[in-house]
Amino acid sequence: MASYWKNALRKIDNCRWELKPDYKPGMRVPGLLYTDESMLEQIGDDQSPEQVANVAFLPGIVGKSMAMPDIHWGYGFPIGGVAATRVSDGVISPGGVGFDINCGVRLLRTNLTEADIKPRIEQIITRLFTDIPSGIGSEGRIKLKSNQINGVLRNGAKWAVEEGYGEKDDLELTEDGGCLKWADPEQVSERAKKRAIPQLGTLGSGNHFLEIQIVDEIYHPAAAKAFGVEETGQVLILIHTGSRGFGYQVCDDYLKTMGKAIKKYGIELPDRQLACAPVKSPEGEAYLAAMGCAANYAWANRQCITHWTRQTFADIFGQSPQELGLRMIYDVAHNIAKIEEHEVEGKKLSVCVHRKGATRAFPAGHPAVPARYRKVGQPVLIPGDMGRCSYVAVGTETAMKETFGSTCHGAGRVKSRSAAKRELSSAEVASELKEKGITFKVASKSSLVEEASQAYKDVSDVVRVADEAGISRKVLKARPIGVIKG
Amino acid sequence: MTKFEIIDHTADVGLVVYGSTRKEVFINAAIGMFSLIVDPGKVSGTQQLEITLDADDYEELLVAWLNELLYLFDAENFIFSQFEISRLNSDSLTAIAYGEKIDLSRHEIKTQIKAATYHQLKLKTEDEGFSAQIILDV
Repeated sequence: MASYWKNALRKIDNCRWELKPDYKPGMRVPGLLYTDESMLEQIGDDQSPEQVANVAFLPGIVGKSMAMPDIHWGYGFPIGGVAATRVSDGVISPGGVGFDINCGVRLLRTNLTEADIKPRIEQIITRLFTDIPSGIGSEGRIKLKSNQINGVLRNGAKWAVEEGYGEKDDLELTEDGGCLKWADPEQVSERAKKRAIPQLGTLGSGNHFLEIQIVDEIYHPAAAKAFGVEETGQVLILIHTGSRGFGYQVCDDYLKTMGKAIKKYGIELPDRQLACAPVKSPEGEAYLAAMGCAANYAWANRQCITHWTRQTFADIFGQSPQELGLRMIYDVAHNIAKIEEHEVEGKKLSVCVHRKGATRAFPAGHPAVPARYRKVGQPVLIPGDMGRCSYVAVGTETAMKETFGSTCHGAGRVKSRSAAKRELSSAEVASELKEKGITFKVASKSSLVEEASQAYKDVSDVVRVADEAGISRKVLKARPIGVIKG
Repeated sequence: MTKFEIIDHTADVGLVVYGSTRKEVFINAAIGMFSLIVDPGKVSGTQQLEITLDADDYEELLVAWLNELLYLFDAENFIFSQFEISRLNSDSLTAIAYGEKIDLSRHEIKTQIKAATYHQLKLKTEDEGFSAQIILDV
């Protein structure tokens, strides 16, 4: 099958493959895959390139229908898919964001070193597993009243900080300040709000996790220093979660709306999951307002989890979070659609950038990059699987020119969950993690197997291709020593 | 007759469901989906919930049906083992789902399913009834 894709793809250079616009009648623009020969083999009989072609059907799409190096088969968009549509006459598609709206990652730095943390890792992981609700059916520690939910949806992480969960500084170090201003709770169903209330401040399950990491290698000392990382051996904390059942409900509600909208506006698509409406239509504007609420909810969620993580560390080490240097590096969304200004064919254009399993990667000097990082660029956080490593990278000018300021978001699966379960046992995965010196606590044994290293591409390959293509630049690598999972 | 098969999908999980009638396809899809979440043998059907849904066509109704059950699972912690559909036509459905609330001391949750998707959704007429393919986001 890999050879089948190779025939449909034209190699531009070692990291870029074009999917020709005549591959499928109806494509408005060509496709572009950021990958190399060896990773192209891994795509195998995966249908993600077909999904790149399907995305190229979206009315108003500009540039190319792109796939980042962690591309794999999703539903609607491929995972790792990036597409920008003109705001003036293009569409917005909930399938370009997904069910877990603003699933994303947040990274904290500390003053601690591996030597400080190793003797206490069991205690830390056990405490974090108790202090941060995770797994199915878990409810948050926050007892929201039904009249408070609109505040969360409107203000996101800002709501959490105002309620005492975190510091003002955290907001500056969060993409969009942790709040999409166009969010409007009026556009969200009562059912979605009902799902939102009990789950705020929960990690969830599946691939969501909280990881304690050790900086292993630094590739870009100036950027690392700007992000608060001075040396290898330093301890970092990575939080990966999203908008929980609230986001799924918003997506589900609006897929129904968009199913009707495509008939109303006469839009023809090869996959119903891509259903969409013009950005400038009542349906498009309502989705954008509701999606904004889910994005804000996810930022509030990661903010609350950050607060409890700081408290747990403060309790265990008997020092304040400030003394421990528990400061945020950054927080990025990797399932989102945003209205941004980009240069298209030499002209400034307002576009709706869909990033589905992709990270914003703005360069040095961009006004959306926090002032303290403006000289080096926006931090890009790229988690790998729990047995290998994660990366921090930085946005680039090339990303701005080619990918609407976007790069990869993670490792990307190569093996289905059922294949992982057929081939591996939870005991095997557990003993491999122990051998690597990784302490873990999981709510479900099957998520341990489903999320095993063997089920993923090596994130190092993904990050290398992104670096070689120039759409993000490597800053540092960190390896896990402790993990909690739902 | 096989009720359902699980198909490999890189990031998610697919189900192919069979039935001699459309009602049976809808029931088997729900059974297949819950078999991914929990061991069906451990779920008692002591509580019953009535479900009524509207949609524009059978395919949309199938997605709405599965997502309604996932809503009850995620928001109200229900797991189900048996289903009865009393009425099914191209734009509406009335059903009863039998199950109980999750008790983590008895139920191991295997997979959290976020939603049923429209991706590659097919509801087809076969020689001996119907079949459906559904991709679930996990």
